[in-house]
Amino acid sequence: MLRETHLNGIILLALLIVPLVALALNEPFIITLATKVTILALAGVGLNLALGQGGLISFGHAIFFGLGGYSMGILASHAQSFTPLMEAPFLIEGTNLMPVIWIVAIVVSCLAALLVGLLSLRTSGVYFIMVTLAFGQMFYYFAISWPAYGGEDGLVIFVRNEFPGLNTLVPIQFFGLCFAVLCAVLFFVSKLNKSAFGLALSGAHFNPERAETVGIDITRVRLVAFVISAGITGLAGALFADLNRFVSPTMFSWHTSGQIMIFIILGGVARLYGPIAGAAVYIILEHYLGAFSEYWQIYLGLILLFVVLFAQGGLIGGLSKREAAHD
Amino acid sequence: MTEPILSVRDVHKAFGALKASDGISLDLMPGEIHALIGPNGAGKSTLIKQIAGGLTPDRGTVHFEGREISGDTVYERARLGLGRTFQISALAMQFTVLENVVLGLVGESGSVFRFFRPVMKDPAYLERAHHALKRVGLQDHAQTKTAELSHGQRRQLEVAVALTLEPKAFLMDEPMAGLGAEGSKALTGFLRELKAEAPILLVEHDMDAVFALADRISVLVYGKIIATGSVAEIRANPEVRAAYLGDEEVEA
Repeated sequence: MLRETHLNGIILLALLIVPLVALALNEPFIITLATKVTILALAGVGLNLALGQGGLISFGHAIFFGLGGYSMGILASHAQSFTPLMEAPFLIEGTNLMPVIWIVAIVVSCLAALLVGLLSLRTSGVYFIMVTLAFGQMFYYFAISWPAYGGEDGLVIFVRNEFPGLNTLVPIQFFGLCFAVLCAVLFFVSKLNKSAFGLALSGAHFNPERAETVGIDITRVRLVAFVISAGITGLAGALFADLNRFVSPTMFSWHTSGQIMIFIILGGVARLYGPIAGAAVYIILEHYLGAFSEYWQIYLGLILLFVVLFAQGGLIGGLSKREAAHD
Repeated sequence: MTEPILSVRDVHKAFGALKASDGISLDLMPGEIHALIGPNGAGKSTLIKQIAGGLTPDRGTVHFEGREISGDTVYERARLGLGRTFQISALAMQFTVLENVVLGLVGESGSVFRFFRPVMKDPAYLERAHHALKRVGLQDHAQTKTAELSHGQRRQLEVAVALTLEPKAFLMDEPMAGLGAEGSKALTGFLRELKAEAPILLVEHDMDAVFALADRISVLVYGKIIATGSVAEIRANPEVRAAYLGDEEVEA
């Protein structure tokens, strides 16, 4: 059995090596798949902070994934058509610069999470799941019924947005960028988990009564965690939109929320690298089983059932020695 | 005259027709152990929740160090210096013993929103945490998973976590429960030492411990305090005998 930290290293290294090998073999599609895994893993890392570490089972993280996507879509479509978003009271123009889009995606997602969190964190358990799901559906139907940005058809962006010094249309370069973002976020979240805040967040999860009795305002701790978690998922949404050069209301749908949750469950709840393993397995299954049968999700369902029943630590838990899940 | 640290004044709380607190008044003076006894269903837990937070009295007030706290949340009261231990251990079972204690320190120091410094490597925290563990005799179990502790050790850890808050008053809900003779004897000695640091409002079923420790005893029956006094006074009080102690036990 491996130590969890070693297994994490192996997972990250594999994610880096596969596209490099694909590059050598001239298989750009594999690079695109690896990029997809990287971005979806990022969304999962975001949700895992709330769901795993904080025990907040959000069924509404598609809100932030979608907001990230639409931040990209709206800004880039305005840059594409050279029309400003608004002129009064001050001028806001579109942009095709990734760093600006990312910041907007993060800020918008965090603000939305603040609002959703303030309302939904009054509840817990099943009610929290339902309230977040309801918010998700509100955003979904809003996106469908807003014709200015494509409504049900979504928005097509013709050229991938730019990052200074890179040609983002070259698959391996875009992959490298996404991979770097993922590593930075992993570093940030691992610091967070080991900090006083991380301890308070898991404390509030494992025993809320205890956390309150030592003077911790657990609602505030959870709200901050929810907002950070949303910011990360929002960033992933912006990258995902850039990968596809397309955004649609599907990004907001509850299927998306469920999908991100599946990455976490497959990989291992509350394990920092769990969503990477989970997203990788999901994409591999989708690609290879999908080629074999249209109904590949039946097999996914069976695997998920197995994990939930027999291997609750997910892939990471199953393959590594037992370490504290909150480490 | 010295001011009470904790003062409960004419507190009422009803659940439907049931008056769980029916005009309770109670003081905790500096340096004392004030024991609260009463048969099951007397309203002890309801009173504790109104003191520690979680339940708001229908009427009446709770003052802590002269300040009204009746409307404050649990965590606000904790931050003011009300250290609480639970009847059924409320600990994060997945945490190590040390992590539970450090969680207490994080709450006490208000450093919850520190995002980058690794908290389990902070020497200031670790020193204080190990000190608290040593005081309750758990110094050899710092790295043990809390779930693996024995019942008695969990009680000790509860006290250690309460100590990290450097409380101005302790609120202890049946700390002796399930400890066994040896364990309750050790804890009795420890609490006697502790009261010099901060007074203790002690809810306890173990009468030997109560009579050995308490400076004053209040007897709660059906939501009312029927008597408050020294150990000797309570032992001699006929109403208390009838309601709770039973004649045989007192004579024995």
